[in-house]
Amino acid sequence: MPGNVVIAGIGHTAFGRLEGRSTYSLNIEAIRNALADAGIEKERVDGLFVKFPTSAYEFMYGQKLAEAAGIVPRIGGVWDQGGAANASLIGYAAMAIEAGQCEVAVVCFADNPKSGTRQAYSKPWGADEVFGWFGIPAGYAMIAQRHMQQHGTTAEQLGAIAVACRANGARNPAAQLRKPLSLDDYMASDIVVSPLRRDDCCLVSDGGAAVVLTSARLAARLGVAAPVPILGFGQGQTSAEVAQRPDLTTTAARASAATAFRMAGVRPADVDVAQIYDCFTITALMTLEDYGFCRPGEGGAFVASGAIAAGGDLPINTAGGLLSETGMPGLQLVIEGVRQIRGTAVNQVPGAALCAISNQGGVMHTHSTLILGN
Amino acid sequence: MPDHDPFPLPRVDETNRPYWQALAEGRLVYQCCKACGHAWLPARSECPRCLAAETGWQQASGRARLVSWVTYRKAFHPAFADRLPYNVSVVELEEGPRLISNLVGLADPEDLAIDEPLALVLREEHGVAIPAFRKAG
Repeated sequence: MPGNVVIAGIGHTAFGRLEGRSTYSLNIEAIRNALADAGIEKERVDGLFVKFPTSAYEFMYGQKLAEAAGIVPRIGGVWDQGGAANASLIGYAAMAIEAGQCEVAVVCFADNPKSGTRQAYSKPWGADEVFGWFGIPAGYAMIAQRHMQQHGTTAEQLGAIAVACRANGARNPAAQLRKPLSLDDYMASDIVVSPLRRDDCCLVSDGGAAVVLTSARLAARLGVAAPVPILGFGQGQTSAEVAQRPDLTTTAARASAATAFRMAGVRPADVDVAQIYDCFTITALMTLEDYGFCRPGEGGAFVASGAIAAGGDLPINTAGGLLSETGMPGLQLVIEGVRQIRGTAVNQVPGAALCAISNQGGVMHTHSTLILGN
Repeated sequence: MPDHDPFPLPRVDETNRPYWQALAEGRLVYQCCKACGHAWLPARSECPRCLAAETGWQQASGRARLVSWVTYRKAFHPAFADRLPYNVSVVELEEGPRLISNLVGLADPEDLAIDEPLALVLREEHGVAIPAFRKAG
């Protein structure tokens, strides 16, 4: 199974404010680019796996998108796991290909929260609104506080993640935010919900992204130029509400990564480059711990050591991540993983042969892992 | 307060009515399963451990510990703009259930420690009794 299915093509739109573009239009542009990159004709697509636009739920969105794209899938639809859904959909598409349910699958996502509605991102939290409990950043801040208190993690250490991602994004011409960030800038940025600052929080972005999957065998027959094998995938989940988490300082990333590493037959120490979901700096820090790149509670020291920066032992978010390239939930991290394995990334890690990718959703509620490699 | 953006008071329904009613009478209660004894908040129609539908309510002692906290420096809802900075905490009752609440009576909103003991104080919010906590020390 590992390596039997490949990512044959990648595509995306511009990132940033894309006034007047519907999510259908953004998805279709990304699909068009991904199919052109794969060199596969649209008529061969018989699987369409879609993460619906986070900002605005729409009934039967996957079927409407298939119609707009002129695709008649044998298998497909939308999947709701928040930001973990894109990586999970790649796992489902790979399983569908292996099980003979389709031959060529497209996984795609588009949203326009920057120019359109952002309602989903400032949602009230049910009965707990009466306590003033609002907004996604507060949930992550609640987790960050516990981690900082329990393990001595500091603001400067969280800042090291923002600084590394912003440095990568500054060198990426496609990034939405190309302004580098110093640690002093970070420490001076406004506190939104203590202990998190503005620069701990990812961008809000319009955009679309898509990947094309097929079997390694069909990719070879079709002459796909740069197929990247999918070696492993996994998922994990914990409570929907932060208050109900049995432990705030470890996440579903641990189970997800264990499944993916086991499937791929590799260990964290084998990984050359990682794309770690950085909706907030604390998310990336705890994911690094839960994946086994460092020990529990030592994420702060690990990120501050320079390990995650360009030239370090484990460069992360080499295109800038959600903090700098685009705030879109996750598929761009997969696309950057593909570029690293192809050897075509802007901040290429020399000889990168194994890439781990994390996606996560809710407030560290859902998690999904992909391992790509040659 | 403008009509379209009223203070976000809790919606009382058949499942959570005993919770809000008890608070109005000056008691904090939590839900427990008559089949397996599991205890939880917020109100649910079935036990999340054994799935039984036979549930009851118990009065909490009011003793609790601080799991974690945040301090809002920006308002995410206009009704809270004039309260900045304000605390929201995850609190664990000594009986086990966890809830979102506010800490009150803090001289310094960051002078707190995880796992420190807390004590229940009820307060009123727009005519509705809600639970809050203070440092127990």
